Amino acid sequence: MTGQPDGPGGAGVLAALPAEHSGRLTALAREAVFPAATRIFEEGERADRFWIVRSGTVALDVQVPGRGRAVVETIGKGALLGWSWLCPPRQWHLGAETRDAVHAWEFDADAVRDLCAEHPALGMALVTVVAETIGDRLRATRTRLLDLYGPTGSQGSSSAP
Amino acid sequence: MTLTPLPYRVVDRRDETHDTVTLVLEPDGEALSPFAPGQFAMVYAFGVGEIPVSVSRAAADGQRLTHTVRAVGAVSRALCGLRAGAAVGVRGPFGTGWDPAAARGHDLLVIGGGIGLAPLRPLIDAVLTEPHGYGRLNVLAGARTPGDLLYQDEFPTWARPFAAVVVDRPSGGWRGRVGVVTALLPEARFTPADTTTFVCGPEVMIRATARALAGKGVRPDRIRVSLERNMRCATGHCGHCQLGPLLLCRDGPVVGHDQAEPLLAVREL
Repeated sequence: MTGQPDGPGGAGVLAALPAEHSGRLTALAREAVFPAATRIFEEGERADRFWIVRSGTVALDVQVPGRGRAVVETIGKGALLGWSWLCPPRQWHLGAETRDAVHAWEFDADAVRDLCAEHPALGMALVTVVAETIGDRLRATRTRLLDLYGPTGSQGSSSAP
Repeated sequence: MTLTPLPYRVVDRRDETHDTVTLVLEPDGEALSPFAPGQFAMVYAFGVGEIPVSVSRAAADGQRLTHTVRAVGAVSRALCGLRAGAAVGVRGPFGTGWDPAAARGHDLLVIGGGIGLAPLRPLIDAVLTEPHGYGRLNVLAGARTPGDLLYQDEFPTWARPFAAVVVDRPSGGWRGRVGVVTALLPEARFTPADTTTFVCGPEVMIRATARALAGKGVRPDRIRVSLERNMRCATGHCGHCQLGPLLLCRDGPVVGHDQAEPLLAVREL
């Protein structure tokens, strides 16, 4: 791997790992570059890798019958792209497409799982970071379910009787 | 501050979204004292009623007042329906402001949800008039749909160095960000220990944002939030806007999150 993974300035996933673990993990990383409007993976396909976004934005989408792809979330710098590789059936739950040019660190899931088996403390730290990511996205989804900005629920300072 | 509404006239109006209008008012005679960023006025729609509305832009001479109003009830609908030349009554200025002077030299995070961006705009204006008085300015805005975003034509001028918007529900070929406003934080440029943040929006969004900011190391007393309650008198007498020990028309609407957090966690006050 060349260059340095994102530090606190990019709030990267790697920055959340203890130094000795992130070093071992980054040794497995390879640089990936995706032009804008590139499909990175599709719903239902085998999840055999994951990425940490260094720059650019990726849209996560769901195929809705009769309506095409619906974007449910976008993720940017420092974010983990893909966690379906961690648990069976290891298939992507969503599709992913770049919004603009994306630079990322790419990791082979088999190699990372082997590394985790070899270093259980690293595995625990990595699973914790992935679980935090999943938790953050679950909380964000729940917040959006409240439709905070909607006509009946919004409480902005200028709204009033 | 006046307790009697002064007559003002609508000199300009702009439809911001399908349900939100910006009105520019000029005094029809005597003018109110200048408003500080974050303060609000009681605006009276003749024959309908009076509501609190934050100032969304203040003229340098203190004469013109700009209010961005969302039609959510009888009075706000009446205000949104006004045309140029229409008369309104205005009292104010009321409440606490954002106090940008206390943030001099700091990086700034300005975070608005929905119409919560409106009370933040005078703060942004104030900072932009003194670009060397502050560190980096970051403006983050969230909205329900792309059609609900306010002040989109001004966003490019706010990017010093970062301004971005995010929506809950993309539509109409939206190519921007989708998600919650805190998802923009990793891209903002700020040093947490030297940052002051200003947050306005739905209360749940304020709480979630403040939690995320604290998690990044921003001091709770440097997280300034604008709260809303049912304000009637605006002078701290009627008690309608009480939140624990605070009367938000007088002690707020802008308070430090260190003070607001325990009050927002109380189930019923």
